[in-house]
Order: sequence, then structure tokens, then C-alpha cells
Amino acid sequence: MSALLEVNNLEVFFSVYGGSVQAVRGAAFHVNKGETLALVGESGSGKSVTAQSIIGAMSHKRGTKLNGSILFKGKDVLKMKKRQLYEIRGSEIGFVFQDPMTSLNPTMTIGKQIEEGVTLHQQLSKKEVKKTAIELIRLVGIPDAEQRYHQYPHEFSGGMRQRVIIAIALACKPELIIADEPTTALDVTIQAQILDLLRDIQTKNSTAILLITHDLGVVAESAQRVAVMYAGMIVETGTVEEIFDSPKHPYTWGLLNSVPRLERNERLTPIEGSPPDLFEPPRGCPFVERCKYAMEVCVQHLPPSTAISGDHRVLCWLLDERANRDIGERGEQIV
Amino acid sequence: MSEDILQIKEVKKFFSHSSGVSVKSVDGISFSIKRGETLGLVGESGSGKSTLGRTIVGLYEQTEGKIIFEGRDVSQLTNQEKRDVNRKMQMIFQDPHASLNPRMRVEDIISEGMDGYGFLSGKKRKERVGELLEKVGLRSEHGRRFPHEFSGGQRQRIGIARALAVKPSFIVADEPISALDVSIQAQVVNLLEDLQKEEGLTYLFIAHDLAMVKHISDRIGVMYLGKLMELTDSETIFTKPLHPYTQALLSSVPVTHPNQKGQRERTVLGGDPPSPLHPPTGCPFSTRCPVATAECRDTPPEWREHSPGHWVACHLNNL
Repeated sequence: MSALLEVNNLEVFFSVYGGSVQAVRGAAFHVNKGETLALVGESGSGKSVTAQSIIGAMSHKRGTKLNGSILFKGKDVLKMKKRQLYEIRGSEIGFVFQDPMTSLNPTMTIGKQIEEGVTLHQQLSKKEVKKTAIELIRLVGIPDAEQRYHQYPHEFSGGMRQRVIIAIALACKPELIIADEPTTALDVTIQAQILDLLRDIQTKNSTAILLITHDLGVVAESAQRVAVMYAGMIVETGTVEEIFDSPKHPYTWGLLNSVPRLERNERLTPIEGSPPDLFEPPRGCPFVERCKYAMEVCVQHLPPSTAISGDHRVLCWLLDERANRDIGERGEQIV
Repeated sequence: MSEDILQIKEVKKFFSHSSGVSVKSVDGISFSIKRGETLGLVGESGSGKSTLGRTIVGLYEQTEGKIIFEGRDVSQLTNQEKRDVNRKMQMIFQDPHASLNPRMRVEDIISEGMDGYGFLSGKKRKERVGELLEKVGLRSEHGRRFPHEFSGGQRQRIGIARALAVKPSFIVADEPISALDVSIQAQVVNLLEDLQKEEGLTYLFIAHDLAMVKHISDRIGVMYLGKLMELTDSETIFTKPLHPYTQALLSSVPVTHPNQKGQRERTVLGGDPPSPLHPPTGCPFSTRCPVATAECRDTPPEWREHSPGHWVACHLNNL
């Protein structure tokens, strides 16, 4: 399978008063055609910055420095000129934002907002554009599409607005949709609707989805592959089964253990402490301060990336052959 | 069986709206909470769960109905007695960034309530603040700092310490963990559980994360559009939910493991909850209910005890 999107060694720095914050520190992952990759992590782990770098929103910005490469269909997004970025945004990569309340223009009818993307990238007559927009409104499951076309965002509920945003993202049939916490602001019954909708669209158009979330339930529900992000690094990647059945990184163990299960009722095992300050990131493994299994080497040196199987890669010293093997296999026992 | 610490009877809270229609945020809710128990309250946004919590602690005055706390009707109390009740009922708020005064030191935030009740002063006061901070997992020297110096989870701990400072017996926790990261949520939930054991607290735990509510609660009430739909112990509500809304809500919760995908029966609800400005005439859920009948659309169902301890408001299950 060829990768549609390949992020290699991505680093993003923001200059701030007194130094620079390293929001992303060498992230590497890929998204295959037609699949859903979930990028999981806590707030501040760099998920959204990574997503925005992919559509080039971090390039050409004062005070921001990017290293590494982001290959979309073989072309490096980071090397693109503004003109080229405009061309891929919307037409080849669609973006679904977290907050349906603030990401629509309140002074434009939703019909016009959907049409904007269509007219920018496709040569169509006015009539055809309108027809496309109404079809899109119907496609995302909004009833009475013709009437809704003329309405303003404030006449829509949160779930319906999120559908509008998905319609905008779909306007040019992109090959990749980046969905940044698309259901976080929504209620569970609406969340289920939106996740179903994204899944339907994926099967219909074989669109790849990069799903950014902090909710492991959403991951289990929708993703085929998972990348776990912590302090700007991808600490573990693998298929969704590998991550849930045989996680190898202590942070992944911690994440899975801190979520209550409907089937069982036992005391939760939180990850103690809080994530490191990326103003002064730790020299070694970023998780070292919160890790129960931390060793001397973890403080001093960044762990190498170890391949467990084809796609399952982990950034942890426990998997080094010199480490205590008993602990390295603890994942299965804990989870 | 221990006694009821709180009983609410037919409590209503209406807000007036510019259109002249009143918004029935809480529309006739009755339940009781036993001492030492945790009652979870779930529902979608706009269902009135926060309004109910705020009405119970007295941040809003109820439009109708009775709130009986420790055997006394709260609305009948003298000012002096009311002060005592206000002390015993405390609240933990959702947003740890908005609920702490950014210009006050943590020690002053925590002791503000204590000062109001003339608890302690000087050195004793400082000691007590230190004690409280340590109780919630912070250090006593943190008292000198300001809220912006803390992370979200730590701020929520400060909010908890503030609630504990006046020695309450009943705490309304309004979405205390929704604003926190997964790994931090578990820390705060464990803390709340420990404090309940140590201090013999009673909780009304309001949240929309069903798995977390089940984890912490003894009983769970499900709200929809200002009304309670179902109330029973937290085990039964997951194993034998009676109300179609509860069933739909439970089936919308994402699976916890990828291999459960497709194994569960799912009822994805169509549409959105109706606007509380124009609620349906019959059962509030009748517009989205997959099994609604003409009766459901015309007459609101009665709140009745289906089996001992299992309350439901639905025309079905009329056995």
C-alpha cells in the first residue's frame, strides 16, 4: 500500500518571549489511501499543530520554524509556495475543525459558504455550483436541503453545523480529510451521528481520514491505525488492535488504564504528574518523569524507535535488548 | 438504610425569555439522595442538569417545588439557618480556568469561605489551608501562588479544597472533569472518591461522560429537556435500561475496545433535541423516540416506580 501522506521527522518551533517552544519534536507517521489514522494525545501534545502543518498553515509564518518533511502524494508541503498551498487546500485536503460554533461565517448563508470551496477549485456554471452545494447538504444528512441552503449558521444546532463543515470539507472530493477533534464539542448521541457520517463518506469516496482526538472510545470506534503523541513526539504507532491489545509504551498503558470501562468497575489508575513544559523539553524520553518504569538511560538519552512488527513502532528504552524483559512485556498484564 | 440527606420534590426552574415564553429548564423533578451516596446525573447539553444542580445549592431560586436538606425545607429557613445550609452544600465547577479568581492567592481563595463563617484566623487559618492543600494532593507552599501558576488538573484540586474548607456534607460536582485530559481525569476522580470515604461526603455528580458517571455513582438519573427520564442504581441502568432514551444514549457511547465494534446493537438517534422554548406537548422525547405512539405525543408520561428503586417516565413498559 502506498502512503498518501508521509510525515517525516517533523519539528515545529514557535519563537516566544525568551526563547522558543518546541511544539512538535520529530513526529513521523503516515496515512494510507482510504484509511483512518487516529492521532491521539493530551492537550499540548502537538496534535493540532501537526495537523495544521500538513495543510501548510504553519509555513510562511513569522516566528515559526519547521523542519523535516510532509509528503502529500509525494510532494513536500513544507516546500510549497503559497500559491501551491491554496491549490491543495480544500481541493485535495479537506479540514474539519473542532468547534462548529466558531468555524462558520455568521454573516453568510451556509449555501454560499459551501459554494465558496466549489467555485475556487472547479470551473462550473452558477447553476451547477448551486446544485453541487445542495447535493452536499443532502449528502451530509441535513433534511430540507433546498431551504437549509438559504439559512445562516445561527439557525443550525451544533451537530448540524458540524455537518455543514463536513460538507465544506467534502466540496471538492478531497483524498484526505483532516478532522481535528470533530466531535469533542458535541453530545454523545450527536457524536455517534457524526462518526457514522464520516465512516459512510469514507466508504463511499474512499477518502483517507486523519482523525485527531483525545477520546480513546472514538479511536476504538473509527480508526484502523493509531499514532499516540506525547510532548511533540509519536511514542507509539500501530494498528488499532495492536494498540488496544498489545500496547508497548508505558504512556499508552497509562492512557488505556485511566479510562473507566462500562463492563468493569475498579479503581482507576491515573498517570501521575503532568506533561513536561515544551519550553524546556527534557533531554531524554519526554515521559520519564511520569513513568513507573523509568531507568537511568531514559533521563539521559532519547529512546530509539523500535519496530515490533511491520507497522507497530515504539519509542521506548524498555524494548532495548539490554532492558529488563519482564517489564517490557508488562503491557499485556496491565491492560 | 441510612437517612436521606436531600429530598427534592417537583422542583421547577423557569427562566423568562425575551419572547415572553418561559424556558422550562427544570420541569418538575423529584428524587432523594442518601447520606454518603453518589447520585450521578447525565444528559445532553441543554437538558437542565447544571440548572438543577445550581438550584439545589441555592445559586438559583426554584420557581416551584421543595428542596428538603437534612430534614428541613430550605425555603422556610431563617437567614441564620440558611447560612448553615449554604455552608453544608458546596459546589465544584466545571471550568477550572474560570472558577478561580485570577487576582487572589490560592490561600485566600481557599480560606474565603472559612473567613465568612469566622472559622479560624491567623496561624491556625494558614495551617488549615496547608492541610487542605495536602489533602487534595498539592503542597502547602502552593498557597502563596496564583491560579495561573497551576495546570487544569491542579486548579480543579484547588476548587475542591475550597469546597472542603467549610466542612460541607453535600457537594454538587458540575462536570468537574470534562475540561481535563484523560490521564488527569482519573486523578481527580480518584481524589473525589478518597475524599468521600474520609469525610463521609454525599455527591451529586453531574456529567455527560457515561462511563465515568457509572464508575463514580451509586445511582444514576437520566435527564432530557428538563425532565428525569429514568433513575436507578448504576448497574441496572446499564444492564436493564427501560427508557428508549436511556437505551439510545447508552448505545451512542463509543466502544472501549475495537473488537466490540459491530457487536453491540446501536440505535443512533436521528435529529437534535427539541428547543426548550417550544417543548413537545407529550413526552419530551417523543419527537426522536423510535417507538413513540400517539399517546406519547399527546400526554406527558407519569414519573413512576417501575420496580423497587427503578423509576421511569415512559408510557411503554406500562406493565
